[in-house]
Amino acid sequence: MRAILTPFSLTLALAASTALAQREDVTTFTLENGMDVVVIEDHRSQALTNMVWYRVGAADEPAGKSGIAHFLEHLMFKGTDDMAAGEFSATVSANGGTDNAFTSQDYTAYYQDVAADRLDLMLKMEADRMVDLRMTEQEVTTERDVILEERNMRVENSPQALFSEQSDAALYMNHPYGIPVIGWRQEMEGLNQEDALTFYKEYYAPNNAILVVAGDVNPEDVRTMAEEHFGPLAPNPDLGPRVRPQEPPQLAERRLKFSDPRISQPYLLRSYLAPERNAGDQREAAALTLLSSLLGGDSTTSYLATKLQFDTQTAVYTGTSYAGMSLDKTKFTFVLVPADGVSLEEAEAAMDQAIADFIAEGPDPEDLERIKTQFRASEIYAMDSTSSRANRYGAALAIGLTVEDVQQWTPTVLDITAEEIVEAAKAVLDRRRSVTGYITSGMDTDKGTEG
Amino acid sequence: MKYLIAICLVAFSTLRAAAAVDIQEVESPGGIKAWLVEEPSIPFVALELRFLGGGNLDAEGKRGATNLMMGLLEEGTGDMDARAFAKARDSLAASYRFDTGADDVSVSARFLTENTDESMALLRQALVNPSFDEAALERVRQQVLTSIRSSQTDPNDIASREFGMLVYGDHPYATEYEGTAESVATLTRDDIVAAHENALAMDRLYVSAVGDISAEELGALLDDLLAGLPEAGAPLPNEATLTFDGETHVTPFETPQSVALFAQPGMKRDDPDYFAAYILNQILGGSGFDSRLMTEVREKRGLTYGIGSYLVPRDYAELWVGQVASGNDRIADAISVVRDEWAKLASEGVSQEELDQAKTYMTGAYPLRFDSNAAIAQILVGMQMQDLPTSYVTSRNDMVNAVTLEQINRVARELMQPDALTFVVVGQPAGL
Repeated sequence: MRAILTPFSLTLALAASTALAQREDVTTFTLENGMDVVVIEDHRSQALTNMVWYRVGAADEPAGKSGIAHFLEHLMFKGTDDMAAGEFSATVSANGGTDNAFTSQDYTAYYQDVAADRLDLMLKMEADRMVDLRMTEQEVTTERDVILEERNMRVENSPQALFSEQSDAALYMNHPYGIPVIGWRQEMEGLNQEDALTFYKEYYAPNNAILVVAGDVNPEDVRTMAEEHFGPLAPNPDLGPRVRPQEPPQLAERRLKFSDPRISQPYLLRSYLAPERNAGDQREAAALTLLSSLLGGDSTTSYLATKLQFDTQTAVYTGTSYAGMSLDKTKFTFVLVPADGVSLEEAEAAMDQAIADFIAEGPDPEDLERIKTQFRASEIYAMDSTSSRANRYGAALAIGLTVEDVQQWTPTVLDITAEEIVEAAKAVLDRRRSVTGYITSGMDTDKGTEG
Repeated sequence: MKYLIAICLVAFSTLRAAAAVDIQEVESPGGIKAWLVEEPSIPFVALELRFLGGGNLDAEGKRGATNLMMGLLEEGTGDMDARAFAKARDSLAASYRFDTGADDVSVSARFLTENTDESMALLRQALVNPSFDEAALERVRQQVLTSIRSSQTDPNDIASREFGMLVYGDHPYATEYEGTAESVATLTRDDIVAAHENALAMDRLYVSAVGDISAEELGALLDDLLAGLPEAGAPLPNEATLTFDGETHVTPFETPQSVALFAQPGMKRDDPDYFAAYILNQILGGSGFDSRLMTEVREKRGLTYGIGSYLVPRDYAELWVGQVASGNDRIADAISVVRDEWAKLASEGVSQEELDQAKTYMTGAYPLRFDSNAAIAQILVGMQMQDLPTSYVTSRNDMVNAVTLEQINRVARELMQPDALTFVVVGQPAGL
């Protein structure tokens, strides 16, 4: 079989009608106290995902208190004035649901997956813990041990994660994204009840929250219930704009060498400071998203795979990543695992040459069209997961994007030209604004994986 | 995250909700059986194929052959090389996943309705006519070797390997289906061709499809997709003989947090007491629930971030396993609490209140599993492999609710063996 022709026009029409359907089943409104609400209707089953997002994350922590946003997330599962410690999750379980939460640099979110007729109870409990959290010093001390074990598991036991922390700390010279979400260990050890409650009182308020309900619900019912439970909560008038220390001009490339005996496969990591998606201004982020797909998206057909894994046997793995969903400057990252007998220096030189060649040649039109086809299709596939759609809207609103930005994202990506991709690559892939890491076992830092 | 989402070792009770899903039993003109759920609201299809056998089929001295073969299916066919194949696939916006397990191999496809014919023609090329050319073999071999090398210094992987050698004796389960650096290095193209004929055979096949496709279309599609695969696969392995010595085995490894796996004998999936045992595990260490282990080890003592236990009914062995990770200076305490809880549950059983809470949770959580076309397709294929009827989706919660306090506490006494509970610890644990 040779080339298979894709009916592009048909796919485009289909994607357009699907995008339209997506808009029709998403409703947004704001309560009088400033709490935003997004309702995503999906009536294929009788389940729903209920999420409360707070516009606060690790990058909003006070100096010296790293980890407090995530620690507070854990403590939100202790009691309130109305509920005993652990009763929140126990109640969700007793209603056949599951619950959890997560913290990032930019937001903290709490969610339950539960039968649609239990929404009222979920909203009541979320409203309760938004303002009436209670905890004992003993609970705080024990839970601090839990987050230290979480750090052990996620970071201390993983040399790759340890290096990633070092790399971020070097990439961000002034911005708090250089501090890990889970916290630096020595600061985590000192976190206490007062730190948690101070942070809670400052940031947990309806005017700093977004409710996202996705599933077998209708917007009017959600509005009625949200007004009943969250409506009476007073907003925090002292919440200011989210302004964090920004990066100065970055003029000096940073190079790191990290070794750990637990590294059995040497590799190279390069991160560049990169622009993020902004409300009403997503084109450069869209160009970088396509650039990442073109350079290192598919493990077989990407530009780097072609140059470094097929045309030459320089690497056994190459990849790129770029996440535009960020409040402040994000990063564009390359990873490369050299082939047997290829040194990290040789691999790095080959990678830099490939990047330079890509910029000089520009994207292959066929490659670009193929990647855009996948973006079109992803709109259709995305309709299959209600919880993923809830996440997409929640995260976007939590970093200051709008529902319109979410819905314009794919059309914007499809509208990007080859020239814009090259311009974005030239602007961002400047080594003065980068960190390069050589990660090895420390036994033989010059060689690849020989022997 | 407040809790780490536990990853089940085996998809066992992944079964379904009430009425919402209408399962059709389909038979193609060529005789291929499949389960179908029509879901026309989104214009795509999730197709799941599962072949019984998996890594267990590897011939003597050829460990890793099935895994490497599955990794090569997408790496070239007919006159297309790996890149031509990937470009054709991506131009259709289709995706194919080829996975190997100890007991089976799976093919998970997702394709747009409008591209059905082309997407299936391409998948057929990968399944029936893979070229296994030498260049692709070497490239994928290096990728597998890289992954094997990395697993040598991962405490979780080390624990799994130690555990396998300790418990499974000379059964294929005792070693990893990825193979070792030595075995993978010596695999030849002939070995890969043989593994293909052994594993992808029609008498081992289970199929489900969910999405925008009719029964008639699915039948025709399956005949076209699979014609030409061998009728019968290689012989399946025998039942494993398991050893649980009740000891705590330490494998020294320089890392700050020790990782522990623990296990005792489990129960067959078709045992009449299976649901009682399943609820018992839910109360002891089930996920998404305030289990006893979570309460005692984490909530009260802060000894870990994650702890869980699972019934693992594999095809040729049944285990009850758990895992926990704690700092090197605290893992001994965590293990001591687990042993105490195991003994306590064996002798005292559960309360009516605990049983009722677990039933409410399990029956409520069951429908939530059916949350996407792909998830439903996987559930349906799993049901077929366990020889369950389509009606199971509606009767399953009744079977959970039918378990009585007498039954579950009898099962606790009969099944739980605190003296056989065997631990494998990797790290630098103090006091062990």
